[in-house]
Amino acid sequence: MQRVGSKSADQYRLLDVAGVTKYFGEDLERQVCLENCSFGIAPGKLSILMGPSGCGKTTLINLIAGYEFPDSGSIMLEGTSVSGPGSDRLVVFQESALFPWMTVYGNVVFGCKVKGLSQMETTERAKQILSKVGLYEFRERYPSQLSGGMQRRAELARALINDPKLMILDEPFRGLDAMTKELMQEFYLKLFEETTLTTLFVTHDLEEAIFMADSLVLLTHKPGRVKEILDIDLPRPRHFSMMASKQYFDLYGYAMGLLAEESRRAFDAGSLPALDAISDPI
Amino acid sequence: MSLNALPLKIPDVTVRVLSYIRGALSVKTLEGVASVVAFVALWQAAVFVQVPYISNLPYPADVWNSFAEAARTENYWISWAASLKRIFVSFLVAQALGIPLGLFMGMSRSFKQILFPVFEIVRPIPPIAWIPLAILFWPTEELSIYALTFIGPFFVIVLNVMQGVASIDVSLKRAALSLGARRIDIFWKIMLPGALPSILTGMTVGIGVAWNVLIAAEMIAGHTGLGRMTWEAYTNGNIPLIIVGMASIGLAGYLCSGVVRFIGQRCMPWKNRF
Repeated sequence: MQRVGSKSADQYRLLDVAGVTKYFGEDLERQVCLENCSFGIAPGKLSILMGPSGCGKTTLINLIAGYEFPDSGSIMLEGTSVSGPGSDRLVVFQESALFPWMTVYGNVVFGCKVKGLSQMETTERAKQILSKVGLYEFRERYPSQLSGGMQRRAELARALINDPKLMILDEPFRGLDAMTKELMQEFYLKLFEETTLTTLFVTHDLEEAIFMADSLVLLTHKPGRVKEILDIDLPRPRHFSMMASKQYFDLYGYAMGLLAEESRRAFDAGSLPALDAISDPI
Repeated sequence: MSLNALPLKIPDVTVRVLSYIRGALSVKTLEGVASVVAFVALWQAAVFVQVPYISNLPYPADVWNSFAEAARTENYWISWAASLKRIFVSFLVAQALGIPLGLFMGMSRSFKQILFPVFEIVRPIPPIAWIPLAILFWPTEELSIYALTFIGPFFVIVLNVMQGVASIDVSLKRAALSLGARRIDIFWKIMLPGALPSILTGMTVGIGVAWNVLIAAEMIAGHTGLGRMTWEAYTNGNIPLIIVGMASIGLAGYLCSGVVRFIGQRCMPWKNRF
């Protein structure tokens, strides 16, 4: 078989997930959610986490964010063990987690305020970030007065203003209409290529994954283990036209094969497969 | 001179007055007026044709005259003031104690486990059932009325706040923690505003309960107040004044609910409606 993706070479890792196991439930009802999961994220790279529904992606995100703790194994950020939530790893959640009672501006400066940054610096940085995501004009609006795409951008701004070392996006564009989703992908990609902000991105959408990623971490169906890590060596900056290239198709086909295998296992085991992950390319 | 030369800009005030008149003449308003008129007409007719059991009811005009007469006496307005003062103080104290208690019970599991069982035993007792004990327990009748009017809304608000805190999305708390919030930030910036819709629901329901209890307490234990006035009208056999008292209580309750709603809208600008 033609080799389309190479295994990640050992290199310096910003985030190191080593042998992470996580159980759910207690005693007899205990289930293995993640089993001996190991992977790393190199600085300045965009890594994508994929796997069938219920494989533990969100749990893994919660562990990395520090909301929960692994039963065994370790998660290190720049050599320091993750011991709780922190603004060096910021999550953009599946469902909007903007504070509904704060304006866009209030949301964006929240991190600066609780950390006690000076008023002047806060205002300056907020202005800069809001302009960057195109929401400066909308800073006095409440989240409920924004469109889905704008909410996502506000959430990105709220995270970016804190200069995180790792950006975690848990299916951030789910629930957006097709056009907005595409624009948001383009937007994030551009932002990433400008800032090379290390990113861990969870998605169900293989097209999105290959289009955006430097490396693709595929998880198995229950219990979640790392099935394979694929390097996506499409050149940057990425452009939608690349989705018609042979390289893209080869990667897509190969990854699809792996994913379909796991999705089928999930399906046979009774859980719903990630349908959008096994749709036809383009 | 052509017409075009005339300034066609209508002054702001005119626009506002016009829109106000249009609002006053809207279908909704007309329907409201029609409904009230129909009610009074029905009442008039029912008394006129001597419908059994309500033939003793005075005519609307008698009630109106009774009101006009009462409104000229100082006593009527003293009753209003007494009832409003009791509501205000008791309701305020109920909120001041109930909101923090609800927040703590919603936030801390151990706090809830200690307090909630007792709370659940005491809560189902209707506030009116506290009247005998309250009269015996408190040194003055005035204090017992305050205490009774406090109990009603207190339980309502605590339960609502507790439930409101529980319904706050965990991802909001997590997001705040990630962004560097400390416990105190979580309390003031996430829990409190997050529970605000429930707090205001609790207040809206609570103010109604407070009036219920207050009127009952006044009838039994009070010397003044709208409830007392209505009760005295009954003992004097003054039926028109009974109805004036009832209508006054209704109006007072309506005004209080309006104030609570108004505060609610002011406190939650992120909600278009409450």
